[in-house]
Amino acid sequence: MSDYSVSARDLSKKFGHGHHAVQAVDGVSFDVKKGELFGLIGPDGAGKTTLFRLLTSLMIPDSGTAVVEGFDTVKDYRQIRRIIGYMPGRFSLYQDLSVEENLKFFATLFGSTVAKSYDSIKPIYRYLEPFKKRMAGKLSGGMKQKLALCCALVHAPKVLFLDEPTTGVDPVSRKEFWEMLGTLQEQGISIVASTPYMNEAVRCHRIAFVQNGKVSECDTPENIRRRFPHAILAVKSRDTFTLLQDLRKFPGAHSCYSFGNYQHLYLHSGGGAGDAADRLRAYLEDKGHHDISIQPMEASIEDCFMLRMSKEGGRYGDV
Amino acid sequence: MGRKVLKYLLEKEFKQNLRNPIMLPLIIVLPLIQLVVLPFAATYEIRNVEMVIVDNDHSAFSRDLEQKIASSGYFRTRYHAPTYQEALSYIEKGDAAVVLEIPQHFENDLGDGRSAQVFLSVDAVDGTQASIVEAYLNGVIQDYAARTLREEALQSQVEVRNRKLPSRIQATAQMRFNPFLDYQTYMVPGILAMLLTLVGGILAALNISGERELGTLEQINVSPVRKSDYLLGKLIPFWIMGLLITLIGLGIAWLLYGLTPRGSLPTLLLFATIYNIGFTGFGLFLSSVSKSQQQAMFVAFFFLLIFFLMGGLFTPVSSMPHWAQYIVYLNPTWYLIDAMRLIILKGSGFAQLLDQFYAILSFAVFFNFLALITFRKTAK
Repeated sequence: MSDYSVSARDLSKKFGHGHHAVQAVDGVSFDVKKGELFGLIGPDGAGKTTLFRLLTSLMIPDSGTAVVEGFDTVKDYRQIRRIIGYMPGRFSLYQDLSVEENLKFFATLFGSTVAKSYDSIKPIYRYLEPFKKRMAGKLSGGMKQKLALCCALVHAPKVLFLDEPTTGVDPVSRKEFWEMLGTLQEQGISIVASTPYMNEAVRCHRIAFVQNGKVSECDTPENIRRRFPHAILAVKSRDTFTLLQDLRKFPGAHSCYSFGNYQHLYLHSGGGAGDAADRLRAYLEDKGHHDISIQPMEASIEDCFMLRMSKEGGRYGDV
Repeated sequence: MGRKVLKYLLEKEFKQNLRNPIMLPLIIVLPLIQLVVLPFAATYEIRNVEMVIVDNDHSAFSRDLEQKIASSGYFRTRYHAPTYQEALSYIEKGDAAVVLEIPQHFENDLGDGRSAQVFLSVDAVDGTQASIVEAYLNGVIQDYAARTLREEALQSQVEVRNRKLPSRIQATAQMRFNPFLDYQTYMVPGILAMLLTLVGGILAALNISGERELGTLEQINVSPVRKSDYLLGKLIPFWIMGLLITLIGLGIAWLLYGLTPRGSLPTLLLFATIYNIGFTGFGLFLSSVSKSQQQAMFVAFFFLLIFFLMGGLFTPVSSMPHWAQYIVYLNPTWYLIDAMRLIILKGSGFAQLLDQFYAILSFAVFFNFLALITFRKTAK
């Protein structure tokens, strides 16, 4: 047995034919270690969901292989279906069954019972227990996610696949949710989760950027941040709208993106950030900006993501 | 493990169906409304057809005939027109449906024992009505002619021997099994067949494509549950629902029309069940190959419309063109409507219904086979 829980090798999947063909997954390879919390980060339409379908044996790849806990997703799909838990992107439980009934249903499907797996779902189920008679359709968004996670866990799987589990959920519930994933991972479950939220990506042990069906970088968030090639200045002024345009025209600017109230300016390599900050202040004052604030900063995962999007996607570069 | 899974799958389906606020009313109200409304709406009885008369003879006989027709209750003499052309304009305007032209010398011809002709012109936009009107009116006229001749004969006994009476062979129709051509009675078995088709075809198609749309199907696909368990869990509730609807429908038919099956109830239920199994398979097949509930719905609707219209529910198959009658052989609904009518109205036993039985059975096997090979837990 290898140390890997999930191994994908050159996975490819195309939809449609001819001019309208879309290469949803394009030669993807990566490994997820046993007991690891692995994140797939990418924009909508990057191919994350298709990747999940391939890994969970719901779809047969055009080429390449995927192995989950030593089982091939095509040949050994029966074994795989016993040991994985999958939580699709959309809330997909029975709205007209109660919390309890949904759990019982999924436990029965996997030949288990709620009582048998109560211990493993308890950390999450305790949030839901007060509402166990309530219909799933009447739960709040956060509660629905917790129920879906419970249902994916109710047969004590070895690997958990979570497709954008926190999309459409409030920030508090999202935080809670990731804390639960941490607890599960401590119990030894390998978890593969996708998310479009960068602040969640740092909670993963390792992440992979997915873009246009390809995995472009795969490492720990820390290493990815460390490799960021540019010095960054966070800039704010009173006139946010023209600021972004002016920053992009600044000599020495590589690119610039909005992050809330601040604009992140990525500088071409060469020359210290402190030196550049002075030059930038003079430049912006010259352009008529007021209340200028400039701070050098460390790269965040989001910076890495934005830069990557602009490099390969093109689409995000002009924002 | 298999049986336990199936048991819970069934439990879940029943819970969901019972919680669906429209499901119970559907099972009871659907048959009730169809059985109350449709037999009356689909009636072939003709009453108060507007008629224009062009009387070129102006004789006692012609007036007599007019009166006779009017007193039948089927026709109402709305207008008199001097010429056929003018009479036709009433039809063109839609004010009348029939023109009856009585020729000159009508009385003379009839009096002399020659055959007399009247000219009949029927608005055939509604073909069914036209042919029935024509048949009714012919009947009235024949009857009139026969009576007139007999009266004449009685008046002058001597002359009769010398006179050549137009010899005629009269065919008398005797309606068996539905003696009064009661359309309510005739429609009931067909409507029961239609209800079964709806339960199987539409409800089953909607149910599974609905799970696909909701995303729950994906959750099930990723579980180790066997395809057969899952499908049985889906289909059995519809089989039970179909049986319930049939029984409720028969109950309503008895309450409303005093109609009880002449044949055996078990035979009837056997046919209903096998047909229902076939159509849930049909619905299942449609939902397996459709991407959305809407798509499944439209395709199901398309086929059901053909099955109903070509199933002899409203129009007799024998009056369809030849090529269409061959298509009818491929219509499972036709076999069931036929069998239901034979069992309920005629009291046919199983031995007389073997053809229909094998046909329905083959369709059931065929549709379920299609469903089984198209329903996949893994996408290509």
